[in-house]
Amino acid sequence: MTSDLAITLVKYAVMFLIFLNVAPIMNWVERRACAYIQDRPGPNRVGPFGLFQPLADVAKFMFKEDITPAAADTVLYLMAPAIALLPAFTTFIVIPFGPDIATAGRTIRLIVADVDTGVLLFLAIASLSVYSLVMAGYASNNKFSLLGSIRASAQLISYELALTLSVLAVLLPVGSFRLGDVVAYQQSHLWNVLPQILGFLVFLVAAFAETNRLPFDLPEAESELIAGFHTEYGSMRFALFFMAEYTNMAALSALGVTLYFGGWSLPGITYPHTLLGGVLGLLTLVAKIAVCMGIFVWVRWTFPRFRYDQLMRLGWKVLLPLSILNLVLVAALTVGGVL
Amino acid sequence: MMVPVSWYLTLAAALFVVGTVGALTRRNGIGIFLSIEVMLNAANLTLVAYARQLDQRTGQLLVFFVIAVAAAEAAVGLALFIAVFRQRRTIDVNRINLMRW
Amino acid sequence: MEKLTFFVFAGLALGSAIVVVVHRSPVYATLSLVLTLFSTAVLFVLLGAPFLGALQVLVYAGAIVVLFLFVIMLLNIQSEESAHGAGAQRWVALLGAVILFGMLGLGFWRGGFASVGPLTAESVSLKALAEELFSRYLLPFEIVGLLLLVAVIGATVAARRPGEDDEKSSDVPFEASPPGPLSVTGEGERFQGGTSS
Repeated sequence: MTSDLAITLVKYAVMFLIFLNVAPIMNWVERRACAYIQDRPGPNRVGPFGLFQPLADVAKFMFKEDITPAAADTVLYLMAPAIALLPAFTTFIVIPFGPDIATAGRTIRLIVADVDTGVLLFLAIASLSVYSLVMAGYASNNKFSLLGSIRASAQLISYELALTLSVLAVLLPVGSFRLGDVVAYQQSHLWNVLPQILGFLVFLVAAFAETNRLPFDLPEAESELIAGFHTEYGSMRFALFFMAEYTNMAALSALGVTLYFGGWSLPGITYPHTLLGGVLGLLTLVAKIAVCMGIFVWVRWTFPRFRYDQLMRLGWKVLLPLSILNLVLVAALTVGGVL
Repeated sequence: MMVPVSWYLTLAAALFVVGTVGALTRRNGIGIFLSIEVMLNAANLTLVAYARQLDQRTGQLLVFFVIAVAAAEAAVGLALFIAVFRQRRTIDVNRINLMRW
Repeated sequence: MEKLTFFVFAGLALGSAIVVVVHRSPVYATLSLVLTLFSTAVLFVLLGAPFLGALQVLVYAGAIVVLFLFVIMLLNIQSEESAHGAGAQRWVALLGAVILFGMLGLGFWRGGFASVGPLTAESVSLKALAEELFSRYLLPFEIVGLLLLVAVIGATVAARRPGEDDEKSSDVPFEASPPGPLSVTGEGERFQGGTSS
């Protein structure tokens, strides 16, 4: 049992290290890509191409003054950034990152938590990320924070429905909640994005809303609500929220890529069941996640923001019926034997 | 090595009792509601424990329905709280006593 | 290992349930409820119902309790000076609680328990659960769906402002509505600023 535990810890360490580096890398990518789209240089002083900018940012965050508002609810105020990180660094445990490795007489599945309720666990833990927003907004004792957090939590729980239903539609032909089975299904059939393009579009839009990214970032919009629920947070605590947002983005990208684009596998190529195959699978997954994150950044700097009532209308009146329609279509196709 | 099922049942009974005390003594309407949710949770735990003991899935399916019904009850109950609050400006159950004799 | 997990999460569940019942601030009580639900979900997993554990976190802790928090923040419910009623009421409730616990315990322990075998992959299988749900319990499933629909309609109607036009308030959330009864005594004032869409 201890060797099982050790192997699980190693797998978690691998995934954790990858997702830990998402925030600084995305910081640089975001600023350079934003600058490129806006036809200006972007950070290019700190190291070649501004590559050390994230280090400079970390140093800035560490040395800034750490203020706690006097009338803030201290316990909740301090807990909120920590609670923001917990779901971000737990949801990826059900994402498979490579083929099974056969070594020393045992088969190691490259997934940290190989449970029967795979995707459901992801969605369950991701739904807990609402609480950090609620606590931050409530504890800050600030009108803008409270408004931002109420809007953010309403947005999150509304789009969770469309997200869950589109995920469910992917699971119907596979017949299992496990993401390993979803990848195996996509290795023998087409990538899920092709037969379920409607579901993929719903998932994409819902993912933008779930991570509070433009065009759905009214809860933290600078021009609307100061900074929304994290108005009163400075220095390291703001950095934690920031990091939690990017890691959430990466985790949701990983889920989307695994559900719709084949995850760690490429069509037609069989990865060897050795450590090399595991590394290749991991690299494929990371490359796909990187493409998806690039799309997140691209969309952010291209589209204007949704107004809050437009956002809620979109979530309830457009996405939810579309995802139910998608579910019914996929169910019909699955029963009919096509998928 | 394994935890006896009776321990789970004891815990569920304790949770239920804690919830009952809360539902009986809290003055805040929302507080009463939260205590009722604790009681429902304790009932769910009892159902799952018995499903384990008797090796049947009926208990688990009943929990599924209990969670759905609790969701419906929470939605309607909170809507009623909002409506009462609009009229009476308070949720203190000692003061919402218009229909008391 | 299983015993350790049980004790940790049982203690957490009981402790946070006591906080739910005792704490004066409704927001803290609601957040303790989240902890109670999460601990109970872990206990569900220990009892061989991982689907129910995930479902409890997803639905109960992830949506229902958020609804509670919304209402608390929307109505600006303050902490009370004392969370409980007068002295006599408290002691009677405690006495009733002890008696209730005794009665429940009697019911649970009198029969005695046969020992249960370890959990097998078949007994926690999601597929078998789903098959039973959609064959034997199909009618209750459909009725619960209908119940949820009725609850949504009822909640929307019950929480609506009296005498307002349907068109105006149908897709505008609470805080963007024009000043209404909630703002009369200034308790709803917090939500009047900044939004007029």
